Amino acid sequence: MKRFSSRLTNGRGRNGLAHAIVVLVAVLTAALGGPPAAAATYDVIVEDPYLEMHTGPGRGYPVFYVAERGERVEVIRRRTDWFQVRVSRGEEGWVPLAQLQRTLGLDGEPFDVPTFELGDYTARRWEVGALYGDFGGANVISVYGAFGLTPNLSLELALSQALGRFSDSMIGSLAIVHELFPDKRFSPYIALGAGVVKTDPKATLVATTDRSDSAAHAGAGLRAYLTRRFVFRAEYKSYVVFTSRDDNEEIREWKAGFSFFF
Amino acid sequence: MESRLLVLLLTTVLAAGLTGCGRHRAVDVAADERPPVIEPALERRRIDPADIDTEDFEVGIYAGQLSVEDFGVNTVVGARFAYHVTEAFFVEAAAGRSDTEPTSYERLSGAAQLLTDSEREYSYYNVSLGYNLLPGESFIGRNRAFNTSLYLIGGVGNTRFAGDDRFTINFGLGLRLLPLDWLAVHADVRDHIFDLDVLGHQKTTHNLEAHVGVTFFF
Repeated sequence: MKRFSSRLTNGRGRNGLAHAIVVLVAVLTAALGGPPAAAATYDVIVEDPYLEMHTGPGRGYPVFYVAERGERVEVIRRRTDWFQVRVSRGEEGWVPLAQLQRTLGLDGEPFDVPTFELGDYTARRWEVGALYGDFGGANVISVYGAFGLTPNLSLELALSQALGRFSDSMIGSLAIVHELFPDKRFSPYIALGAGVVKTDPKATLVATTDRSDSAAHAGAGLRAYLTRRFVFRAEYKSYVVFTSRDDNEEIREWKAGFSFFF
Repeated sequence: MESRLLVLLLTTVLAAGLTGCGRHRAVDVAADERPPVIEPALERRRIDPADIDTEDFEVGIYAGQLSVEDFGVNTVVGARFAYHVTEAFFVEAAAGRSDTEPTSYERLSGAAQLLTDSEREYSYYNVSLGYNLLPGESFIGRNRAFNTSLYLIGGVGNTRFAGDDRFTINFGLGLRLLPLDWLAVHADVRDHIFDLDVLGHQKTTHNLEAHVGVTFFF
């Protein structure tokens, strides 16, 4: 009976994964729905002597068509800092932002799109990122999401997996982060938080059990704004794990990684 | 019951996707506006340049072969999600799974199995940084060119295999070919490197994966 029930659970687990994949693919298909429909397009008039159109959104793709001054082109879509445009003859090609900024909209205003600069970074609300580092001798991979309460203060929810030689841990924590100079390109911060550490000793070790302990941490770090929505981040944190043994455990953590803001 | 619900759900989302419902809402915004007293000479567009469709995300699935050191070569399937930061750099999160086979030792000696069935399942996730090293056009025949890019990619992640989680470094090379502006076909080769102690002593294993996949830009 026990055997049967365990097989049943296994079977359901596997089906669950398969279902999840199928649902994911279906949702993706629905979300994308074949070729992206013509959404908002924007017409501009070429002001430079000419506008070079590349076959793709990048430095390596050749120029295959040139639109002349005074010609009207339709901006269809954007990928990183490249824009796909269509001329009245129907040719479609890609133009870098710097060239497109030297065109005029139909209202006579220069073409202007959000380009994400340091000011946008200071005013950000949401941030997500991934970090990698060392957690008391173990490799740690961490993902986090943060919500900005004020330019200085933000709430940060992080989930980390530490993979060590003798044990693995999952660490979930919530921290409040204070940025000292949020409007600077290099911005130091301090953090204070609490969470849970779940430790799972390696299967090859004998007579060990999983344990779950609460933990508190304090730390400091530095953010460096790189480009567009991209931020580099490095930090040090000191954890105190409140174990059920006589002594609390102290763990030092170093991490560095990248994040994006919205 | 569960599968019927699933079929219903799939039908709904597929139908929504195929009819493209909710995509054309922006068209009739200005329907009930009063006509202006003076018709401006230029046609006024109500669209802000900031509304231009931005397609920096890429999502898709892949399938291929994964060689797990000592544990045979098997089919691997996975999904990937990427964000293009600049024309050169992108970040990617991927997850995949595969099965593994008994080692030659287990087969030849007829001795006890090293792993249980569930421990033989191999799954991984990783977060990587990619660099478009060689962007350009590739010709298929004389008249047909596709935008392609050869990229280098590497990162960190976790592999669950033989009953434990194992910290894994991955790096590799990939080719992205775009038949359409929003559709890409990938061919990738990756090395997943992690330490394994199942065969008596700790050793670093190289696990090579080759896969092809499709992704959509959105």
